[in-house]
Amino acid sequence: MTTKVKAAIIGSGNIGTDLLYKALRSEIIEPVWMVGIDPQSEGLRRAKELGLKTTAEGVEGMEPHIAEDKVQIAWDATSAYVHESNNAALKKYGVKMVDLTPAAIGPFCVPPVNLREMVGRSEQNVNMVTCGGQATIPMVAAVSRVQPVEYGEIIATVSSKSAGPGTRKNIDEFTRTTAKGVEVVGGAKRGKAIIIINPAEPPLIMRDTIHCLTEAPPKQNEIIESARQMIAEVQKYVPGYKLKNGPVFDGNRVSFFMEVEGLGDFLPKYAGNLDIMTAAGLRTAELIAEEIQRAEAA
Amino acid sequence: MNLQGKRVTLHDMSLRDGMHPQRHQLTPAQMVEVATALDAAGVPLIEVTHGDGLGGASVNYGFPAASDEEYLRAVVPKMSTAKISALLIPGIGTVDHLRMARDCGVETIRVATHCTEADVSEQHISLGAKMEMDTVGFLMMAHMIPPEALLEQAELMQGYGANCLYITDSAGYMLPDDVTARVGLLREKLDADVEVGFHGHHNMHMGIANSLAAIEAGAARIDGSVAGMGAGAGNTPLEAFVAVLHRMGVETGVDMWKLMDVAEEIVYPLMTHKVRVDRDSLTLGYAGVYSSFLLHAKRAAEKYGLKSTDILVELGRMKTVGGQEDMIEDVALDMKKAGAAE
Repeated sequence: MTTKVKAAIIGSGNIGTDLLYKALRSEIIEPVWMVGIDPQSEGLRRAKELGLKTTAEGVEGMEPHIAEDKVQIAWDATSAYVHESNNAALKKYGVKMVDLTPAAIGPFCVPPVNLREMVGRSEQNVNMVTCGGQATIPMVAAVSRVQPVEYGEIIATVSSKSAGPGTRKNIDEFTRTTAKGVEVVGGAKRGKAIIIINPAEPPLIMRDTIHCLTEAPPKQNEIIESARQMIAEVQKYVPGYKLKNGPVFDGNRVSFFMEVEGLGDFLPKYAGNLDIMTAAGLRTAELIAEEIQRAEAA
Repeated sequence: MNLQGKRVTLHDMSLRDGMHPQRHQLTPAQMVEVATALDAAGVPLIEVTHGDGLGGASVNYGFPAASDEEYLRAVVPKMSTAKISALLIPGIGTVDHLRMARDCGVETIRVATHCTEADVSEQHISLGAKMEMDTVGFLMMAHMIPPEALLEQAELMQGYGANCLYITDSAGYMLPDDVTARVGLLREKLDADVEVGFHGHHNMHMGIANSLAAIEAGAARIDGSVAGMGAGAGNTPLEAFVAVLHRMGVETGVDMWKLMDVAEEIVYPLMTHKVRVDRDSLTLGYAGVYSSFLLHAKRAAEKYGLKSTDILVELGRMKTVGGQEDMIEDVALDMKKAGAAE
């Protein structure tokens, strides 16, 4: 039996904490470090209780221990602003990065669409686009693998309580990075992303609308089947990913109305936007871990 | 009410909010014709953009006849005294759009968020202020929260650098006392050099009454629309509002007779949708629903064999906010399913 690959979580906020709970269930990854910047952080306290080593000194606080503790993978759940320096610091030690911020230094990864393509490329840094991207790009890809998509547009609606300070401070990063992901991974020639934050109480479950404009009239039956398969793929790691209505076919427009309910590991179930991000981040890291194990076995 | 001797800056919405009833199909030439006439009538500020602001061109909100940049490049150079403003809703438009608008000669940027979400506007407001624009924070659907909560959000925007804060009655839901309470509190608590403004919708015919209440409570800027051309039952009809203000002795700098001619001879003839208080727009006001949902709900009702007022009431019950136009078809599909199941 091979030993689990050791991993660190950078960022002890909501995303980092939820990721921690998911990673503890992994059969191939063992989270060993949680890195924060606030000694009072609730996330660091929980991580410590769960047996992880912690530091409130940022990545610098972990650096002296990376080799000794065999940290080979790190998730960055901080912000686009600090990701660059986190990445530079960890790169020196050969640590593979799964970037959950919208910094987008590395190639985009949306697991059901292009995770397999990542195999064998040994990317040092992969980027998880955005929460809205994880929830919608699979559906754009479900159409574009049937026929050319001239334009893909996504509208992600999240509850106020699930939109953290990082997203709020830099909302343009969300729209830009998601739109780019709709093009690069989704396969639409042009992409557009819109985000809406709704403060209703009780908080609404994440909603996503995906509109594709196809070049030729949509091949309805093939798109319906392709979408069904894609949704089943996403449901493997986010069981609460549901097609609420659609696909609607209206001329060359194909529209899907999705609802994303989270697992409720640490974050509440309505925060499907955050859940899909952490679940996708874990799935991607597991693939990297498999590669590391294969390389070590060889 | 005594408003004698007060001064107010009027801001015309017909070429931005008016894009909603026109399904964003006004041409640059039409915009130039209306804006030049408003300029000649002395209207000091005119907003020009897609109805949903810079970057609004989309399946969700509608593709416009021309790009924001084409509209702005057509209109701005034609102005003699009027300044042009643009709307930007973070989450739809970005700072790239803001830079483009500035480059086109836009003087006033209005950064709009839902009334509880002001902190998404920091990037955009601070850039507007940095570029020395007249930078306005625009708190939409302001009827949904009490005055004290609205003040907190306004203070955030003031902190980012906004020099004017708007109370925006996007649903046309407010009554004069609601306006008085909100404008009054902001005027009292915000910095003295920060202006307060009011943007009304005429869904319950309260546009003029509410705008008067706003001025009485200390608002220095009021939005209206020539011929009332705006979302829902439109904005406060500007020519009628000017008539009322002049009778009350409020200075506007606007030539009422010329403004009436703009409405009568240019704007009414180009309108493709009758902007009026009909049962749908009245429902918006009564149920507190974002005014630009109107035509989307009418289309969904027609497509799925439903009653548009039922769709609007449901959207109100769900507490949808500005920008959630995608929920309209979704709600219609749910209602159709529920109807089929009965």
